[in-house]
Amino acid sequence: MPDECHLTVPSRLDQLTTISEFVAQASQQARLDERTTFHIQMAVDEACTNVIQHAYQGTEGGEIILTCRWTEDTFIVTVQDHGRPFDPSAIPPPDLSTDLEQRREGGLGLYFMRRLMDEVRFEFDAEKGNTVTMIKHITPSSQNEHP
Amino acid sequence: MALDIDIRDLKRVSVITIKGRVDSSNAPELASAFQSLTDRGRYRLVADLGGLEYISSAGLRILVSTLKTCRRYNRGDLRLSNIPPRIAEILDLAGMTPLFKIFDDTVGAVGSF
Repeated sequence: MPDECHLTVPSRLDQLTTISEFVAQASQQARLDERTTFHIQMAVDEACTNVIQHAYQGTEGGEIILTCRWTEDTFIVTVQDHGRPFDPSAIPPPDLSTDLEQRREGGLGLYFMRRLMDEVRFEFDAEKGNTVTMIKHITPSSQNEHP
Repeated sequence: MALDIDIRDLKRVSVITIKGRVDSSNAPELASAFQSLTDRGRYRLVADLGGLEYISSAGLRILVSTLKTCRRYNRGDLRLSNIPPRIAEILDLAGMTPLFKIFDDTVGAVGSF
């Protein structure tokens, strides 16, 4: 049986710390180590920042619904919102090879989500809104010892 | 831990110590701190990241834009010191490690100017 926990917060940047603590608690329950927890926290932080700044365009009346769900070998976070549809293909990947003056200062959030998690999926449904699903495979090396 | 920023002006270099968590909610605070230095003509900067627990892409963008500001016209540099391993991994992932001069400790970074 999978374990899961939920959090719903208003679409405000000052909620990012609460979101991060929620992810840390779930990750701790799944016995993930500190490094894996940090990676998931960062991916979720970037996902939620995108929701607040792009899907809700900075308006504070929206909701962000988070779910963490885990089994023996998988940790899944979903981030759901009812803001504008988000099209990840519209965001160009960051060019990490260019020199300092050429470097565009953007596109890093989505890049981090994809690099720090094993799978990232974006869905839009007229009723459910946007859902980002981020999956981390749990390996023995990403877990703490049994207590 | 919330964001804690301390600025110390030495003779030729200013040291900005950044502790806690930088995300999109408080990144403007970090940007203002750097700007308060560059507005005063302080372009030789060392950022001591020893107490930095978390930095999102919003914070990384500020480091890069401050680096650009400092290096313009060859007037200075932003050098990083004391980077915790987890933050170093993120800088590396963002391809930012080659952009910065990085030092193990702040004394070494200050002395490098």
